[in-house]
Amino acid sequence: MNLAKTIGPGTRHALPILLFLLVGFAAPLLAVIGFSFIPARSFSLWQSWSLGNYIEIFNSTSYLSFLWSLGLAAVTVLILAMICYPIAYGLARVFGKYATLVTLLFTIPLFVSENVRLYGWVLFFIKNGVLLGTLKAWFGIEPESWLFTNGIIVFGMVYVYLPFMLFPMTLGVSMVPDQTRDAAFDLGATRWQVFKEVELPLSMPGIMIGFLLSFVLAVGAIAEAKVLGGQQIIPISHDIEIAFTYAQNWPLGAALSVLLMLVVGTMVLLVLRRFDLDAILGRR
Amino acid sequence: MNSRSPILQLRKLTKTFGSFTAVKEINLDITEGEFFTIVGPSGSGKTTLLRMLTGMESATSGDILLRGARINDLPANKRPTCMVFQSLALFPHRTVGQNIEFSLKIKNVAPDVRKARALQLMAQLRLPQDYYGKSVTKCSGGERQRVALARALAYDPDILFFDEPLSAIDYKLRKTLEKELKDIHRETGKTFIYITHSLEEAMVMSDRIGVMRAGQLVQVGSPQQIYSAPETKFVSEFIGDVNVMAVTAKGSSIVHAAEFGVDIASPAVPAGFTAGHLVVRPESLRFIENRSGAENCLEGRLYNEYVLGSRIQYQVRVHDHVFIVEKLRQQAFAGQRDDNVLIGWDAKDSILVTD
Ligand SMILES: Nc1ncnc2c1ncn2[C@@H]1O[C@H](COP(=O)(O)OP(=O)(O)OP(=O)(O)O)[C@@H](O)[C@H]1O
Ligand SMILES: [Mg+2]
Repeated sequence: MNLAKTIGPGTRHALPILLFLLVGFAAPLLAVIGFSFIPARSFSLWQSWSLGNYIEIFNSTSYLSFLWSLGLAAVTVLILAMICYPIAYGLARVFGKYATLVTLLFTIPLFVSENVRLYGWVLFFIKNGVLLGTLKAWFGIEPESWLFTNGIIVFGMVYVYLPFMLFPMTLGVSMVPDQTRDAAFDLGATRWQVFKEVELPLSMPGIMIGFLLSFVLAVGAIAEAKVLGGQQIIPISHDIEIAFTYAQNWPLGAALSVLLMLVVGTMVLLVLRRFDLDAILGRR
Repeated sequence: MNSRSPILQLRKLTKTFGSFTAVKEINLDITEGEFFTIVGPSGSGKTTLLRMLTGMESATSGDILLRGARINDLPANKRPTCMVFQSLALFPHRTVGQNIEFSLKIKNVAPDVRKARALQLMAQLRLPQDYYGKSVTKCSGGERQRVALARALAYDPDILFFDEPLSAIDYKLRKTLEKELKDIHRETGKTFIYITHSLEEAMVMSDRIGVMRAGQLVQVGSPQQIYSAPETKFVSEFIGDVNVMAVTAKGSSIVHAAEFGVDIASPAVPAGFTAGHLVVRPESLRFIENRSGAENCLEGRLYNEYVLGSRIQYQVRVHDHVFIVEKLRQQAFAGQRDDNVLIGWDAKDSILVTD
């Protein structure tokens, strides 16, 4: 009875959905965490737990995969930021409050499977493919194919994660009120000062959400390296997949997953702390 | 400095959006140190005019002269003018102090000098000194108003523009801020150009008022002139409840009101006036016992009455026309609804206007 009083009516009404979310979100997570502590290549939680899998990872070269994933994600996010900010800015200026709707158009490619789109790019870039085949037929030149290089992996990731950066960024940029911009200009600010003092800080919430979203997704990227990169680079998600499928070593895969979550989670928290969650979620 | 010289001159200033003319051939001289108010209904082009004067909107044609020099092509950040917006447009991610200091920071003024100036302005505008580090989003409406004004004053502009800054504020606070604004105008001696659609607000504060209608300035004058000598029906109606009768000229000071089939004694009919309107204020109309009680008289039926605080308004129907008679509460009229009554007024209390 006392409990019912302390949790209040709001929480009580939210309880069913809360439980549902808890089961849907926490259950698989807990399972993965649990599995990461059982002996390698076993399949039962009910045995003695140990840190064996983690020790194995630290003695292996998995850290390379971590570094590749984090590095590729970081480069992707930076490139995305440089591409998306001008687009978001233009959209916000041209379409005003409808800009975010227009950005939805950029999500249309998401209706087609990522793998299909990536194979499309393979056909485009492959030797004798759309690009090189055309160059050869028309101009008789035959450059090296860019397929299976790091550059093409980054290209693929930028291409795939663009909507996830653009959408929140456009939202952020269109949140800057025109009059605030006018006011800064009226008070003597130059174009650059208006950007630095008003537009950038006021659109920061959207920019940060875009950064976080595309970074978290990009760290987990796997298809780009597989399909466009020709498996020259093994990102961490690929390691995890191998452990779970080919190697049939679920505990190792689980331990890798837990580490990945820890690394990404820590980075996200650090960024959020640096940028004051209050401001990002819009106190006003 | 000659305080009578014009600081701002507008010559045939025009702004069109596509085929729509928002501001049409405005000619106006604003005197140095003047408090000039532009009033007009919604959509009459007030904001557009102001945006051209601040440099946020380019003029389609015509000239803007600042102390004789044409400034049409000078961008907003180079003009010695500053605007207080209706939305105030404060920087929400900054503190009160940072908002006020914005223009000084832009000019690379040293931080301690900036702060001293901000605190001085805050004192002048009755903002507590410890608000300096407070987030503007946590300030009340009236406080934000003062921050916006302080921010504009810190820029030290020659002309301050205001676009209905008080329209979203409740009546009592608005009255206080109107007074404060007038005080600041006196203290700083700067030229203020103020927009409102409330003529009452304009009357309280202004040295001169310009009335805008559909992109044109239809009348410019002192509050007294606008109130007592409106030139058009539009201006007279803008001032508040008035009684307006369509009339045609009939003699040197006689007009004919076809609607009532009567001749009316009017002020001197100007040369060239053939048809227009006769305006009588509700407080100039009175109930009379018999036809000799006033120079002009109409018979009607008492239709309704409204108590407006210290005053009472009576509606009197004469044919299909409703007249408004206003009396002080202590002089309330004793008549009953649906009584037949006589209302009258003297020629000197009426005004002849054109359309
Ligand atoms: N950028 C624009 N493009 C097209 N039309 C515009 C633009 N800005 C203003 N207008 C039009 O010009 C007219 C005058 O607008 P303005 O904002 O100057 O009116 P206002 O007198 O300030 O009205 P309010 O009292 O409602 O603020 C309006 O009909 C408006 O629709
Ligand atoms: Mg306006």
